[in-house]
Amino acid sequence: MSETALFIKGVDKFYGPIDHGVHAVKQLSMDVKKGEIIALLGSSGCGKTSTLRMVAGFEPVSRGTISLKGREVQTFPPVKRNVAMAFEGYSLYPPLTVRENIAFALKASRLSQSVVDEKVASIAKLLEIGDIMGRYPSSISGGQQQRASLGRALIRDADLHLLDEPMGQLEPQLRALLRGRIKHFIKERGLTAILVTHDQTEANALADRIAVMEGGVLQQFDTPQMIKERPANLFTGTFVGEPPMNVFSAGISGSGDTVSFGLNEGVKLDYKASDFSHEVRAELMKRSKVVLGIRPYAVRRSEGGVGAKVAVNQWLGDQTHIATDFAGGTMVLVEHDRTNLAIGENVGIRLDPSSLHVFDGDSGKAISHGQELA
Amino acid sequence: METTSTLEKTLRLIALTLVVIFFMFPIFWILLMSFQTNETILAIPPSVIFTPTLSNYAALITGKLTTAAGTLDIAFMRNLMNSIFLSVTSVAISLVLGVPAAYAFARHKFKGSEDIAFTLLSFRFAPPLLVLLPLTQYFQWLGLSDTYFGLIWVYQLICLPLILWIVRGYFEDISADVEYAYRIAGHSWFATFRKIALPLAGPGIAAAGLLAFIFAWNNFVFALVLASADKQPVTVGALAFVTSSGIQYGQIASAIVLSVTPTLALALYAQRYLVEGLSLGAVKG
Repeated sequence: MSETALFIKGVDKFYGPIDHGVHAVKQLSMDVKKGEIIALLGSSGCGKTSTLRMVAGFEPVSRGTISLKGREVQTFPPVKRNVAMAFEGYSLYPPLTVRENIAFALKASRLSQSVVDEKVASIAKLLEIGDIMGRYPSSISGGQQQRASLGRALIRDADLHLLDEPMGQLEPQLRALLRGRIKHFIKERGLTAILVTHDQTEANALADRIAVMEGGVLQQFDTPQMIKERPANLFTGTFVGEPPMNVFSAGISGSGDTVSFGLNEGVKLDYKASDFSHEVRAELMKRSKVVLGIRPYAVRRSEGGVGAKVAVNQWLGDQTHIATDFAGGTMVLVEHDRTNLAIGENVGIRLDPSSLHVFDGDSGKAISHGQELA
Repeated sequence: METTSTLEKTLRLIALTLVVIFFMFPIFWILLMSFQTNETILAIPPSVIFTPTLSNYAALITGKLTTAAGTLDIAFMRNLMNSIFLSVTSVAISLVLGVPAAYAFARHKFKGSEDIAFTLLSFRFAPPLLVLLPLTQYFQWLGLSDTYFGLIWVYQLICLPLILWIVRGYFEDISADVEYAYRIAGHSWFATFRKIALPLAGPGIAAAGLLAFIFAWNNFVFALVLASADKQPVTVGALAFVTSSGIQYGQIASAIVLSVTPTLALALYAQRYLVEGLSLGAVKG
């Protein structure tokens, strides 16, 4: 399991002349172990698809190295890399049926017809496309094309499987079902996969580790749990998590046994100095300005809390989202029961120090996370 | 708007009929002329009732043209063969050169690629007569004038830019990812070009080839200046019917009918490719 399947080192991608064109990927370094599923998570234009295409060999690497199984491949054509890819735009061959499209991927491997048939049948069953195997790509829906395209990638016995938004077009129920099946399929065969997605549910459900990218820069590369609990910076903190983390910029003041955060509109949050570790307190006192973050499901209502006014109260069937006006911004709370708070009602809010994330006011880098505060 | 009134239908029918008559009448008239002698053609008033004769076609095929002044040898059948040879060879060479070039221009943006593509297109901007005079001189120096090789070379000016630019558009319409999907499955770029790009652009290539063929077939001025009688195509050869004893309208008409037939047949045969080619964008994966 510890064998490195993919190693990316100091990779830059420029569209246009090097150092003058659009800088799509900046000094990217990451490693993927054999048997791992990695998700590249980020919004459109963050460089995740460019990264995937450089690994596949469709985009030249401007600078840096890409190694597959210890072999530097950045100058190799795709044919010599032994990777498989499912394309976001499906890219099925129009003159071939779905079955032929999937079997086609095995042509270069020179397997016997019976083995090919068997593999194709099992992939069709896995992806629920047995009924459309004889159809042509132009006559099936987007979701079906996407599954056919996914099948074409998964059927290959490649060193690395690259999946670009593999389930974006599927209906929610099917997506949930296939997520589980595909993960099982990949794990069972010991395949290594990189998944590009902007859907964090998908990333959380499928990936062993998530690489969060923004503006061409790798923000954090860690397990889903660590990314959620210990976001490396403000971007990761607010990008991952649904509904997003509440953030408020705050000034810091403190005397011997208190630490106070001064928010907008004169809102003040006082904590006991002992709520923070010595090191964290020292870090905080170096700064005059920080950003406080707290996840909506960690915000509590309490009688003696800081005042806030209810702006939205939505019951979503299994949880309640309450948006309140708080310190000149919006504080969102998630509760598991239905509440009958009226719009405009005043509530008290308690922000538990063990749930607080504190980020640097300028760089956005994380200073401390809830659990280590105490 | 949903229901078209009878009046509208009638008007539309009349308009369509007028357009069809306007375009088809000359061809119809030529067809009639080709079965008449010069006397009936020139009779005033003209009449559509006449005794059809095959003498015009017979004269063309045997190569003996009998006029009031005596018998003339005409090389129409040879001209027809020249036309077929020149057009087919030119288009074939243009396809061999132009299709890979079009693929390169569509898929690989390199420094100056747009300039090169545009220069090739600009061959079609200049009036042919402008390039013809210097070309004649060059060809004489090079010993290329009055050779099939030289003519086919010049015909590339007509066919190559056309094929290059039309086919390039078709290649650009094919999603590059379809090709990537094939390449990543373990195939070289050349295999991808042959097995994926060419078949997908096939209808477009057929359409471009047909258009280039028609342009090459209809070319007049290059062949007039650069070729002597035995290498001239029908477009130039038809001049032979303007004889010292008058213009042989009957033979001209039957020559036109014969020379239009190959292109017409080809167009009818290739029609389904043309339609497919034009609707390629709608069905591409």
